[in-house]
Amino acid sequence: MNHIYTKRALSVLIICAFLSLPYGSSGEAPPKPGEGVTILSPVKPDNGPQVYPEDEKSNLPVFTMDYPRIQIPFEITLWMLLASFAKIGFHVYHKITIWVPESCLLITIGLIVGGIMHSVKEEPPAVLTSNVFFLYMLPPIVLDSGYFMPARPFFENIGTVLWFAVVGTLWNSIGIGMSLFAICQIEAFDVQDINLQENLLFAAIISAVDPVAVLNVFEQASVNEQLYIAIFGECLFNDAITVVLYSMFSFVAEMPVVDPVDVFLGVSRFFVVGLGGMGFGILFGFVAAFTTRFTSKVREIEPLFIFMYSYLAYLVAELFAISSIMAIVCCALTMKNYVEENVSQRSCTTIRHVVKMLGSISETLIFFFLGVVTITTEHEWNWGYILFTLLFAFLWRGLGVLLLTQIINPFRTIPFNMKDQFGLAYGGLRGAVSFALAFTLPDHIGRKQLFVTATIAVILFTVFLQGISIQPLIEFINVRRTNRNVDTINVEIHSRLMEHTMEGIEDLCGQWSHFYWKDKFMKFNNRILRRIFIRDRRAESSIVALYKKLELQNAMEILDTVPGDISAAPSLVSLQDEKKESPKPKKIYMAEDLKNMHNILSKNMYKIRQRTVAFTSKHALPNDSQPREILIRRHASIRRSLRPGILQSTMVPKSQKYFSLPAAQNLGSKYPSVRLSYADDHETMSDVAYPTRRSRFSHPKRSSSGAMMPLHRLGTLKEVPSTDVLNESEGEGGSKDCSTPIDPLLHFSGWL
Amino acid sequence: MGAKQTRSEHDHQDLVEKTGFSVEQIQNLLKRFQQLSGNEETISREHLKSIPALANNPIRMQIIEAFFDKRNQHGNELGSYEEIGFEEFLMVMSHFRPPTLTTTTEEKETMRKEKVRFLFNMHDTDGDGKITLAEYRKVVEELLSKSGTIEQEAAKAIADAAMLEVASTNVPNMGPDDFYEGITFEHFEQILKDLEMESRMHIRFLDVNATKVHCGK
Repeated sequence: MNHIYTKRALSVLIICAFLSLPYGSSGEAPPKPGEGVTILSPVKPDNGPQVYPEDEKSNLPVFTMDYPRIQIPFEITLWMLLASFAKIGFHVYHKITIWVPESCLLITIGLIVGGIMHSVKEEPPAVLTSNVFFLYMLPPIVLDSGYFMPARPFFENIGTVLWFAVVGTLWNSIGIGMSLFAICQIEAFDVQDINLQENLLFAAIISAVDPVAVLNVFEQASVNEQLYIAIFGECLFNDAITVVLYSMFSFVAEMPVVDPVDVFLGVSRFFVVGLGGMGFGILFGFVAAFTTRFTSKVREIEPLFIFMYSYLAYLVAELFAISSIMAIVCCALTMKNYVEENVSQRSCTTIRHVVKMLGSISETLIFFFLGVVTITTEHEWNWGYILFTLLFAFLWRGLGVLLLTQIINPFRTIPFNMKDQFGLAYGGLRGAVSFALAFTLPDHIGRKQLFVTATIAVILFTVFLQGISIQPLIEFINVRRTNRNVDTINVEIHSRLMEHTMEGIEDLCGQWSHFYWKDKFMKFNNRILRRIFIRDRRAESSIVALYKKLELQNAMEILDTVPGDISAAPSLVSLQDEKKESPKPKKIYMAEDLKNMHNILSKNMYKIRQRTVAFTSKHALPNDSQPREILIRRHASIRRSLRPGILQSTMVPKSQKYFSLPAAQNLGSKYPSVRLSYADDHETMSDVAYPTRRSRFSHPKRSSSGAMMPLHRLGTLKEVPSTDVLNESEGEGGSKDCSTPIDPLLHFSGWL
Repeated sequence: MGAKQTRSEHDHQDLVEKTGFSVEQIQNLLKRFQQLSGNEETISREHLKSIPALANNPIRMQIIEAFFDKRNQHGNELGSYEEIGFEEFLMVMSHFRPPTLTTTTEEKETMRKEKVRFLFNMHDTDGDGKITLAEYRKVVEELLSKSGTIEQEAAKAIADAAMLEVASTNVPNMGPDDFYEGITFEHFEQILKDLEMESRMHIRFLDVNATKVHCGK
């Protein structure tokens, strides 16, 4: 079976590769799409001869073709499709993607396509210029990374992150530069014309760890949170240093002599770049948050604001030649909290989807083009220089990580052990940013081609070799992994318990670590910032609108119900005797139940040392099970059918898992003790956004959004076999064995 | 004052060995102890209840109880104190020391076990070595108590589900009529084995006499 798929995939790929040939046949390389819109004049239909006006009447052209007019968008679209097909192709054959990260595969495909194009002597589309890269391809990726950055671990580790980003990159650049300069002195390699400044410039280019490559690779290897955050943060924030070093060294490369003044200016430029980037980002983030406060009437364009403001932040930073990556990351971080509370549920989902999509497509294209351009540029190969570059890149990174961790470990609560350090050092992949920077090298540098080649060599080496080997190595040396799935309620309860305990003890002994500052910030946030940025929803009359919308959803769900498709309540036999001390566990907990219990526990976490989504898979949206303000009214008829004894009722629709109060009951009232079924017991699970909304509504229905989640039924606890009939037709059912121990029931990526 | 100081330094040496804190940390904690106790020798529950920051913590009472619980003194006694002195205060705090680079794996294991035991003791209020359903329910109720809108039944349901989980993990072949007594310490450890306690359940005790901002976790 697999062979068929691979053949099919291969044929798809080959077809796509051939699709790329028409580009060449268009004659010349298309003009850069980045440079404004050039409207090519349509080619005249050549029916009527132009030179010799004849007596004959020229006929009306029935069928004309005007390729140059659509050439640019057409080709862009085709390239994107090609890259996406490649991506589809990889996943057809699973085993590849486990061992080889996607970036490698994409580069390989790019190499193949480039080879084909080269062999037919065509130019690649000149879309991969630095401008296009920096202005169009890089921002979506960085936005993706910044938007889904796990905020809490990030801020807890911010010192480490900045330390590695700034000092680490500086160390790398200077180290590599100096040692390469030393190598240049050796006559045998024939590179004596490269002076110190040029070496330093080159070193600055290749010392930057690249977010695209790293995240792609680390995605698979689920290392522990500390390591992940350190390297994630590092690769995003080292842009500040890279920009400074690059501009400084390229400026200086023209000058024969370096004054100390220049060095001082360089340092101050670093602060301008770094802090300026952050400042702009935060500014735009706040503006975006503020804007979304007023967008309640224009829901359709809410996502637009997010993208426009982030992009604006990026461009403004580019305008002033300050760190645009930092700007966009800070913008995303800042605006995320406020925006997600202001916009509607749909807009929020849209935003996340689109961010992921754009990031994904950009990344795909980048690696793809990396492969293509590798073949088609002119290379200047110099064995000595390039090999030494590789060696030094690796060496200095290792030394740097070692040294820096020694210095910063005493300041960390959880120090990095040797294995973590190895992960940090080995995970320093270079990628497309270096590549684009190499292309923007000013032409007066004599050995530009050599630098480009060397950069490509380093990138390919790190991405392929380190990328492929990092996963098995990490497993081999047993770096502390993280358990991304919280499996059980007990773990959930006890994590909460632990956190509360720790907070209590901290308060008690009066010693706060970074939690202190976080607390202060949260208070400031709550008192001032949130008032400004978040629309006060309680005043909204959208409850009625929301209510109607959810009614509709509810109704649709009911119609959708497959007979036997289960909802939580009916199959549960509740605790018959509440008098008994330790009852016999006869209950069946469906996945939704547990999910909802998780929801309750999470929402009711007080005084938010809030857990944001700690880990998100790079290629998937975060599982956002924080319920929103959803009110759903449960149909009275359904509820009435919920009596013990009518357990097997197949009428019971999915809406059972909505938790809502019985009609005409208020939240504050006690339940009649006659209600034994569990669904009712769960009814008061409320959602986080309305903690004070205990007032009586006429239709006091609450629910959690567990219903919105795709059912991940991996296994359920079952002790009463009689309810098997209800579960049999469940599509995603897991094992239904009575004696099965608890499987990871729920995939929560965010419960750490 | 001089004599008192030498005596307290001498005591501190003992405490250093017993609890694993450094002398500076002990001194800082002593200051806090004196602050809490109003410069008396012992602390009672009222002293701890009056800490304002603790008022919002839903499991405040359990935490306070934990300090007076004899089982947290690394001994074998049961029951609880009425008042605790500095040494007992320190012993409880010592459960939360973070591991350092020099901690060996066995020490880490011991520390983890201590932490689990601390949590276990928080649940098991009657000291019989098992967490019964009622006790568990109480804890869950307390945990959720600050949210306000959770009814008792919901908390009960969660506690029941949790017990069920424990039961089915640890005693998978229970028949429908078996009686699950309660969670023992081993079961408790078992269900929490996935929880990353080492990285989260600790406090950074200050070494010097100022509030420093540290670089990272």
